[in-house]
Amino acid sequence: MLEVGLEHYLTLAAVLFTIGVFGMFLNRKNVIVILMSVELMLLAVNINFVAFSAYLNDLAGQVFTMFILTVAAAEAAIGLAILVVFFRNKGSIAVEDISEMKG
Amino acid sequence: MIIQALAFYLFAGILTLSSLMVITARNPVHSVLFLILAFFNSAGLFVLLGAEFVGMIMVIVYVGAVAVLFLFVVMMLDISFADLRKGAMQYVPVGLFIGAVLLAELVLVYGAWSFAPGVKENLAAPVLRFEGATNAQSLGMVLYTDYVLAFQLAGLVLFVAMIGAIVLTLRKRPGIRKQSVAAQQRCKAADVLEVHKVSPGTGV
Repeated sequence: MLEVGLEHYLTLAAVLFTIGVFGMFLNRKNVIVILMSVELMLLAVNINFVAFSAYLNDLAGQVFTMFILTVAAAEAAIGLAILVVFFRNKGSIAVEDISEMKG
Repeated sequence: MIIQALAFYLFAGILTLSSLMVITARNPVHSVLFLILAFFNSAGLFVLLGAEFVGMIMVIVYVGAVAVLFLFVVMMLDISFADLRKGAMQYVPVGLFIGAVLLAELVLVYGAWSFAPGVKENLAAPVLRFEGATNAQSLGMVLYTDYVLAFQLAGLVLFVAMIGAIVLTLRKRPGIRKQSVAAQQRCKAADVLEVHKVSPGTGV
């Protein structure tokens, strides 16, 4: 228990990922919190990558963490830009209103 | 060793609690602030694992850019967040069930991990290759050699995201007076000046 091993980090990442998934159910109307939940899930993936990298003595995991960081930053920027444009047109950010955009 | 374990449990505990607060907080501004706390704690975990560079990048990129962007948007949009929470409890039992199943499965798979026998001999970028170099130095030596193409593609992703965000949020508003340099340059004296011949005593 006192010896922190790879399993501890993997379990922590699993808990974090589950919180991210649950956050989408809990805030299914609020796009901003859904985007934050996605960030939490990406954080869990990052923790997995870095933990494996540390316990395997392999740097590739940390390199891939940086790529995930890039994608997360791009995703947040585009997602929030879409959100701002949508709010400008409809005056709300509720998820059910977004389905009116189809067609 | 015991200090390492204590630090791990401290960071992991605060990380879990603050990410729970992210999804349950009533006020989205509080959500963003707890997200920042979660990122700081994960950066602490990364430092604990010996990945200092990724930890610091985490603070700079996530806290400095992504979370502040979230904060900006939350404060900029004028929304009643109480309305958005209405009926949110409807799907909580399903969400709890799916979350519990997912967590149980993940812990069953990851709870006891052991590496395959030959894996230590087949590493992509073993740390031993960079004896004596710091974490940032060895990461640079891997990133700019083996992964240089992926690195440039990541730059392209950021570039496209930047252009996309600008194009999406740029808007032309009719009815406002703005300086148009092109129109000013194009303008000739003949377009705006009229010369009238005025005979004395009559007026224009």
